[in-house]
Amino acid sequence: MTFKTVLLGATAAMGLATGAMAQDDKTKVGFIYVGPIGDLGWSYQHDQGRLAVEEEFGDKVETVYVESVPEGPDAERVLTQMALQGADMIFTTSFGFMEATMNAAQKFPDVKFEHATGYQRADNVSTYSARFYEGRAVQGLIAGEMTESNIIGYIGSYPIPEVIRGINAAYLQAKKVNPEVEFRVVWAYTWFDPAKEAEAAKALIDAGADVILQHTDSTAPQAAAQEAGDVITFGQASDMLDYAPEPRVSSIIDNWNQYYIDRVGAVMDGSWESQDTWGGIDSGMVEIGEITEAVPAEVKQAALELKDKIAAGEVHPFTGPINKQDGSAWLAEGETADDETLAGMNFYVEGLKGEIPQ
Amino acid sequence: MSNIDPILLLTAIIIVSTPILLAAIGELVVERAGVLNLGVEGMMITGAVCGFVVATMTGSPWLGFAGAALGGALLSMIFGILTQLFLSNQVATGLALTLFGLGLSALMGQGYIGVKGPAVPDLYLPLLRDIPVLGPILFRHDIIVYLALAIVLGVWLFLNRTRAGRVLRAVGENHDAAHALGYKVVRVRLMAIAFGGACAGLGGAYLSLVRVPQWTEGMTAGAGWIALAIVVFASWRPGRLVLGAWLFGGATALQLALQASGGVQIPIEYLQMAPYLATILVLVILRAGRAPGSLGRPFHASS
Repeated sequence: MTFKTVLLGATAAMGLATGAMAQDDKTKVGFIYVGPIGDLGWSYQHDQGRLAVEEEFGDKVETVYVESVPEGPDAERVLTQMALQGADMIFTTSFGFMEATMNAAQKFPDVKFEHATGYQRADNVSTYSARFYEGRAVQGLIAGEMTESNIIGYIGSYPIPEVIRGINAAYLQAKKVNPEVEFRVVWAYTWFDPAKEAEAAKALIDAGADVILQHTDSTAPQAAAQEAGDVITFGQASDMLDYAPEPRVSSIIDNWNQYYIDRVGAVMDGSWESQDTWGGIDSGMVEIGEITEAVPAEVKQAALELKDKIAAGEVHPFTGPINKQDGSAWLAEGETADDETLAGMNFYVEGLKGEIPQ
Repeated sequence: MSNIDPILLLTAIIIVSTPILLAAIGELVVERAGVLNLGVEGMMITGAVCGFVVATMTGSPWLGFAGAALGGALLSMIFGILTQLFLSNQVATGLALTLFGLGLSALMGQGYIGVKGPAVPDLYLPLLRDIPVLGPILFRHDIIVYLALAIVLGVWLFLNRTRAGRVLRAVGENHDAAHALGYKVVRVRLMAIAFGGACAGLGGAYLSLVRVPQWTEGMTAGAGWIALAIVVFASWRPGRLVLGAWLFGGATALQLALQASGGVQIPIEYLQMAPYLATILVLVILRAGRAPGSLGRPFHASS
């Protein structure tokens, strides 16, 4: 045995040792957020999920996160860095991280990726989302009943299927309880920009809206509505209870906690597989925040009934007859929308005005 | 178009443009003194958080605005000391100041996320507020809107009508000559930088106390950079600065009002572009003026 072989043997042993150590090591889970965790909306809720994972698994996990990651090439850089630092699993929590996630997943086949609200998957990329449109339907019912000006303002972020689904679902319910209702959509082209969201809310209120629905992440529209007075709003992604009982009369809460715990657990016991999850009210992923006393009792009751029926699968928010905006038939009487159409929804239903920016 | 109330629109324009106007007038003075401070965004966000923290602690929005001005000025002094005394590169230091300000504000604001601040009352102007049309547009704002315009007027008077203002301009045009004449170049510049910081701080606080009104991380969302652009747009002249801020604010408010009116057939992409297109267009038409001669150049008395 020469000195060289001893050295080689030693190196190999060390290599094995580190390999073994890495296996004993904690499971490292990374998260990237599109906004600050202090947004009290979307990113905040994802971070609550991260904290739930930490609480569930204690010393067995280590979590890292990067907030306010721009959607685009920067995201891939952050993901690469996380993977190089030894992350076993990374949650990418915004639609716009899709490309970055797919690219990073290709570079790091051993790292498991979980992409929120996207539609591209690979062997090591799962997607997950919540059926927010179920919550939107409940909001639409309350909005349609409560509006006096019959103008409902809607702050959209980007014209992507998730947002368009929400607008359609809310409109269909609002129209059902109040045929006079009209929706005004303002596209803010941002997920998080309090100043811009406040301006959008004010522009809608100036245009006569007395109900504001938002699909952006900050509480700024709530504050704008409060200042204007006599305008009601709904918490988005998070409860936004600070603005209850008025203007915030209810909310859609995204609850990722259980999903995150399940998926991290799956990585730990090796049962993780690429899949697509789309949880609704029934799974607990979509919660309806407390409906405040500003809402008349009978409206509140109707809203809760709708919520329960959706959860029980008795009512689907997209049940025919529904025509598309141009008047062409979409769903026949009694027919419900299939997930594929919903996932790629890029059209307004009949009655909505304005064009979806392409 | 018919659905848009022009009175509400003009009111919105004035409110939207105020924070940018405040930050820009401060930067204008800094640049006229020959210093390029790219840290406006950082000073604005620091002002936003300082203003909010002080206002919620004391319950007085006015103390909040004072705290914001102080916070912005203190932060700008880091830039001032580094660039004026230690002669560091102004562009790099300014950019670093923005990054530092964003981080610092996030740290300072930790306990204030989601907290509601005290309300800023509108200034009550009897008689004036009841004038039809003009009343709602011009005379029903909070006091900061008028303060911003007063500062612009004050800066114009200062630069063009006072000896101190001429000294400041001389320092900005040619610091060696100004030094030879016995003016304290570094001292003048430090004062200008502090003024710029205070104005940026006020602009930030207008966002966190009036317009949004609450504290959220990263809430200035690029307003500081727009303020920098508007200074160039205004060819370093206070009068044009107001025009630039209103034009930008106007395009922003109009595009939202057009969308909200529900009757538009203009593709939204064009509406989104409008504020920036309008800014570029006017830049071309107005012919950008000449920048101050010593802008961005380091000064040392020995050279």
